[in-house]
Amino acid sequence: MAMTLNDDQIMLRESAKDFMASEAPVTHFRKYRDMGCKDGFSHGLWKQFAEMGFTGILIPEAEGGMGMGHIEAGIVLEEIGRNLSPSPFLTTSVAAVEALKLADKAMRERWFPGILAGETVIALAIEEGIKHRPEKIACKAERSGNGFKLSGQKQFVIHGTSSDMLIVAARTAGAAGETDGLTLFAVDKDAAGLSMEAARLVDSAMAAHVTLDGVHVDADAVIGEVDGGWSVLGKVLDAGRAGAAAEMVGVGSGAMDMTFEYLKTRKQFDRVIGEFQALQHRAAHLYGEMEGARSIVLKAQSLLDEGHAKAELYVAAAKAKAGIACNLAVREGVQMHGGIGMTDEYDIGLYMKRDRSLNEFFGDAYYHADRVATMNGY
Amino acid sequence: MSDLESFRAEARAWLEENCPPEMRTPAKGDEDICWGGRNFKFQSEAQKLWMERCAAKGYTVPDWPKAYGGAGLTPQETKVLRQEMAKLGCRSPLNSFGIWMLGPALLKFGTEEQKVHYLNQIARGEIRWCQGYSEPGSGSDLVSMQTYGEDKGDHWVVNGQKIWTSYADKADWIFCLVRTDKTNKYQGISFLLFDMETPGVSTKPIKLISGNSPFCETFFDNVVVPKHQIVGEVNRGWDVAKYLLGHEREMISGMGGDGGVTSIGAAMKEVLAQEPVLRAQMALFDVDNLTFRAHGERFMDEWKTGKAHPAYSNLMKYVGTELNKKRNELIMSIGGSQALEWESERSNGGSKARNWLRTKANSIEGGTSEVMLNVVSKRILEMPGA
Repeated sequence: MAMTLNDDQIMLRESAKDFMASEAPVTHFRKYRDMGCKDGFSHGLWKQFAEMGFTGILIPEAEGGMGMGHIEAGIVLEEIGRNLSPSPFLTTSVAAVEALKLADKAMRERWFPGILAGETVIALAIEEGIKHRPEKIACKAERSGNGFKLSGQKQFVIHGTSSDMLIVAARTAGAAGETDGLTLFAVDKDAAGLSMEAARLVDSAMAAHVTLDGVHVDADAVIGEVDGGWSVLGKVLDAGRAGAAAEMVGVGSGAMDMTFEYLKTRKQFDRVIGEFQALQHRAAHLYGEMEGARSIVLKAQSLLDEGHAKAELYVAAAKAKAGIACNLAVREGVQMHGGIGMTDEYDIGLYMKRDRSLNEFFGDAYYHADRVATMNGY
Repeated sequence: MSDLESFRAEARAWLEENCPPEMRTPAKGDEDICWGGRNFKFQSEAQKLWMERCAAKGYTVPDWPKAYGGAGLTPQETKVLRQEMAKLGCRSPLNSFGIWMLGPALLKFGTEEQKVHYLNQIARGEIRWCQGYSEPGSGSDLVSMQTYGEDKGDHWVVNGQKIWTSYADKADWIFCLVRTDKTNKYQGISFLLFDMETPGVSTKPIKLISGNSPFCETFFDNVVVPKHQIVGEVNRGWDVAKYLLGHEREMISGMGGDGGVTSIGAAMKEVLAQEPVLRAQMALFDVDNLTFRAHGERFMDEWKTGKAHPAYSNLMKYVGTELNKKRNELIMSIGGSQALEWESERSNGGSKARNWLRTKANSIEGGTSEVMLNVVSKRILEMPGA
């Protein structure tokens, strides 16, 4: 595949750009943050996402979606990132849909229509520790009656309390640290024994600590194969990682553009500060980092869409690089803005907060660089 | 089968039949590279055969027109040919500054007569070229150069000195920036071509920190250059030079490393397993390396379709050369005391240490990293100021 967007993708980018800029710009994010919204996003906006076709972007056409790939999902995510538009798009329409595509027909029919309509929100209950270590999952699922009984703790469950269903990764066999013996379950939010404690994060998104205390699910709640959840989880995580990387390209680009604009207008010592070479070189270096991130994210998305054997390696590298570059963009952004960059009134700090969350989501740059090393044979 | 796929099959069959088996193994060092030229000594009959067969087919310069020694391939076909060569492990049949640098400049600025004459010589590997740009007092500030050509009616008499002339002692001809008007800085330079055997031309190799001497000082003492040996118009050589520098930066930017996407970490896993901090550095390097490959691929795809910014190769040059320096720092660290060996058989004559030192020039030659950042900042980011 050529590493350029085709005409359809360019059209999608234009419509996503216009839509986010007019319906969900940074002022929209501020409004929901300042009202202390319990969801951290607008359900009305989620419906509008559906009207645009975004919510079903990865759902097959035969099932009512747009049947597109990770490049297209990434195009939408980049605009979400650029505008800090709060929505359950990454968790629901990218990661959860990727899981449901591997589920049986009955489960797909149960959840796809709500996602397509912008009425359903799905959360991912994967993390257990404070760092992303999916192979360390210890949450237990024991056979019970015609189904399973789930017990354990989950952390960093984004949109948990706003969700209709949680995808829970639990251990049906083996011990923490083993990749065999995991199983994914679709668990109703109101299931008996499931409790949540919501916490607002630094970027104003809502995350939940989830306790599963003998939650009973039927056998048909299993997504994929019993004990074979690692392969499904791998797909979900890779979709989420590529998606988070794409969103970081948007966050980093937004912060970078805002900063470059500031360098061209702010005057000190009777000169526009963008005239200073010390800042010019840092700006040019940052631009190179962001361009690199944009390139490897596109490469990872296209390999995912092709089902290429190297997709996993490139997704790991893309999540790492996007994290490093976006982090540089927001740090340089705040520093180059000077005092005003430290104020809540100015937007650049909001980008810094969003970057921090996205870097952590689905594994940080260090975690993924380590995976790159392992996959490269050392 | 599409046209491109049938071309692929055709190219593959031709390579299978014509590329000698000895030319399908990786080049071990500089001596395995074919540079062509009047005085070039082929390492083997296979090396000679491979260059000649490619030249006859137009494959030393596949995308040049047939009239100038090329095969007239489209960019897509050229890419396919390179892919097929890579699959079979074929070495480059001919490396030359004529192909990479002078050729593109002649294609754009040369007269028809010049194109037919010089390009065919380049394509056949008959003439080896060197580049006369930098001077002792004119490095990053190249336009301050002083080498002067005095107008004598039907010829110029050139006096002055160039420096960092790559392989000047091995080259047959030089393409050289010469000042032909002392009153005009930018529009007072001409782009001249002349034979290195012309009376008054002499060269002196410069020994570098690597111990090797790929560069020379080149001296001109009353060198006579006929007027028809100019590319472009008189006093407009800076336009040609700038165009050519773009090509040079593109070429050097491809040097992010010869290892491609293959990690150098796997071969050294025992060392890295004992050195967690070094392993972490290596891992972060691999992320940057994979990134650079994807970046280069995207840049080339955008370049071909005219979507890339005209100054973008400056960014690639900066990123690629800095990456290559980092790669060699890591190779030295992983190699430990063994990599320090300078003169020994087991170190292949100190190849690691010498390569490491050689890469330090990457971010200086063809425009320093600092100049690249200036260009990116001003032309792409449109930052204000002089």
